[in-house]
Amino acid sequence: MKMKYRSKKGAERASLVAIHAILIIISVIWLIPFLLMIILSFRGETVGTSADYIFPKQWSFNNYIKLFTETKFLRWYGNTLLVSVAVTIFQTIIILATSYALSRLRFKMRKPLMNVMLVLGMFPGFLSMTAVYFVLKEINLTQNLLGLILVYSASSAMQYYICKGFFDTISKSLDEAARIDGASRHTVFIKIILPLAKPIIIYTVLSAFIAPWGEYMFSSFIMLGDPDQFTVAVGMKSWLDNSSLMSDGYFAVFCAAAVVVSIPITALFIWLQRYYVEGITGGSVKG
Amino acid sequence: MNLEYLKMSPLEKFWYNFKGFFKRLPSAFAAFFKAIPKKLKKFWLAFVGIFVNIGAAAKEGDWKTRTSFAVMGFGLICRKQFLRGILYLFFEVLFVLYMVFFGWKYLAKMGSLGEVAVVTGKDPLTGITTYTYYDNSLLILLYSLLTLFVIAAFVYMWYHNVKGNYLSQQFQEARLHLPSVKDDIHSYADENYYKTLLSIPMLGLVIFTILPIFFMVFIAFTNYDKAHMPPSELFQWVGFENFVNVLGGGISANSKVFAFTFTEVLLWTVVWAFFATFSNYILGMIVAILINKKGVRCKKLWRTILVMTIAIPQFVSLMFMSQLLADQGLLNNLMLKWGWIDKPIPFLTDGTLARVMIIIINMWIGIPYTMLICTGILMNIPQDLYESARMDGAGPIRAYMKITLPYMLHVTAPYLITQFIGNLNNFNVIFLLSGGNPPLDMSGVPTGAGKTDLLITWLYKLTVTESQYGVASVIGIFTFVIVAVLSLILYNRSKSVKNEEEFM
Repeated sequence: MKMKYRSKKGAERASLVAIHAILIIISVIWLIPFLLMIILSFRGETVGTSADYIFPKQWSFNNYIKLFTETKFLRWYGNTLLVSVAVTIFQTIIILATSYALSRLRFKMRKPLMNVMLVLGMFPGFLSMTAVYFVLKEINLTQNLLGLILVYSASSAMQYYICKGFFDTISKSLDEAARIDGASRHTVFIKIILPLAKPIIIYTVLSAFIAPWGEYMFSSFIMLGDPDQFTVAVGMKSWLDNSSLMSDGYFAVFCAAAVVVSIPITALFIWLQRYYVEGITGGSVKG
Repeated sequence: MNLEYLKMSPLEKFWYNFKGFFKRLPSAFAAFFKAIPKKLKKFWLAFVGIFVNIGAAAKEGDWKTRTSFAVMGFGLICRKQFLRGILYLFFEVLFVLYMVFFGWKYLAKMGSLGEVAVVTGKDPLTGITTYTYYDNSLLILLYSLLTLFVIAAFVYMWYHNVKGNYLSQQFQEARLHLPSVKDDIHSYADENYYKTLLSIPMLGLVIFTILPIFFMVFIAFTNYDKAHMPPSELFQWVGFENFVNVLGGGISANSKVFAFTFTEVLLWTVVWAFFATFSNYILGMIVAILINKKGVRCKKLWRTILVMTIAIPQFVSLMFMSQLLADQGLLNNLMLKWGWIDKPIPFLTDGTLARVMIIIINMWIGIPYTMLICTGILMNIPQDLYESARMDGAGPIRAYMKITLPYMLHVTAPYLITQFIGNLNNFNVIFLLSGGNPPLDMSGVPTGAGKTDLLITWLYKLTVTESQYGVASVIGIFTFVIVAVLSLILYNRSKSVKNEEEFM
């Protein structure tokens, strides 16, 4: 009996060791590209695309200095930050309002509206771009950050899904009690639902804030031809597409830019990770 | 549900339901068509109801109500419902001004899409050629659509105006209290709160999503392309020509190429979406299970390491990877130096290898995300299920197949479907990683698309680099139909899961 117990424990230990080994391997696989990116960003010497070594022969901050003095990166960074902050505000308000209306209020068009938005979400968004471009052009907002903000925020109602799912999980008896006490639907939304929805608000804010940093399709189209209005994604891609820059060692500058873009967002994300997880598991899942 | 079904593995169940969907499709269609007369009747009644209401208002209404047929809100203003009345009147004035000064000009030309694009002349003083632009087909189409939207909104408002005026007359006749301005304003925080909340989101949706979609659908019936570029050229209506061309029935040699490219790209899009979704889903779940296992240390550390990939903007990691894996990229250079290979491995330049690499890199990006979502749900699975499975002699793999996977599929079905749809239209991964390359040929004829192009990236190329708007719109419509059908199948499937195997 004792022997058996011990051997079982041994097997468990062996499997635990194996799991740790696997986790270490996974972590290495996931971290290597980022470490590589950081290491390459410190490369002091100019090598074209033909570099065949990892560690710089000369460690230096030159790429970072170059990034902020010789390129438009700082401007792009400011553009993206501005767009993301504005979009975060508008998008969060729109999504919360839509989700509350669809989750709690009952009106004739509720079901059809939800179905229509579901179907609209399946349209390849890019195709509408041509028309959106001309709409923007008529109100003089192409090559303009305001236009980009408008495009990003305007259709955010379609992303109600996860947030509505979260609101659905908040008990309705709360609203009913407040309504009996004479609270209007507006008061219920502001005073009761919103304070309980902290995880989903943080989730919405975080995803809205991150999205403009990685969006390429719309921003490249709207900002076409005006490098002063680029976002970081469009700007950095324009370096990669320029082969003379690349053979001039711009890959290292690209890596430096990538590090500068990543650090604040990663920090924010790791800080708010807990709420993000609560929000998405509460909302996207039928528990 | 029969016993055999319950014995099946999740994969078999999926296949069973998948087949079932197509088997049921004919009868579902039949039911749909059978329901049409009933629906038509309902629709007809509602339609007739509108005219009955209008007729009643015209017949029974007093002069104030009748005047408001022409002057919107008149009756309301007379009955001291100033806010509503003035809003209706304001709307009417706005509409008339819009139509007279703007809308009508464009709507009148919608049938022809313009007759004269540009007139060139010589400036008599300087001798420089001048261009005077007249009709711009694009703007004509766009604004006439907008005008149609505005007219629809006006008709809707007008009907409500008639109904509202008549109602307030009836209220007055019955000596009931008419809602005052204050009541009206209050109602927008209460019974009508949904209008307050939804008006701005819906306005954005109509202008930036619905109007453009209608525009795109109309463009599919025109010959808008490089040779017909406003403002210097006009484009015309061409009927179904673009549709015929894309399906390979056209006369031009291009038509065959389009049909070929469309099938190739479509196939890869579906294959990609399937593998991208399920590889991420299953492996991400396994990673979550490994981290969650009792006795594993530093759970938080492992999670944080993986979460970093979500936090770092996708475009950064994707572009970095594309540089790393290029033929002259660092990875190939290193392996050449170390003598592992003789010539560069075409990671992203060989069709098949590029497809495999893209799916693998997508796993690198997507697994942490699934891991994060699964972690919370996994903890909700009752542990005694596993206990009893172990008592019955089930190993970890069996326990996974019989307990974990069905439970997770049950709970995360909505997430899985959104992921699948998202992957069908996943622009970033393909465009930033391979740019759709390597090029796809049809027995030597270049098609303009690449072997890793999805429908959406091909569309991007067709519009941005080739300006083939008409054809691109057709492909967009097809893409939409395909995505809609596939997601309907999946939704159907997820509903059946919910009903059939209620967990616990």
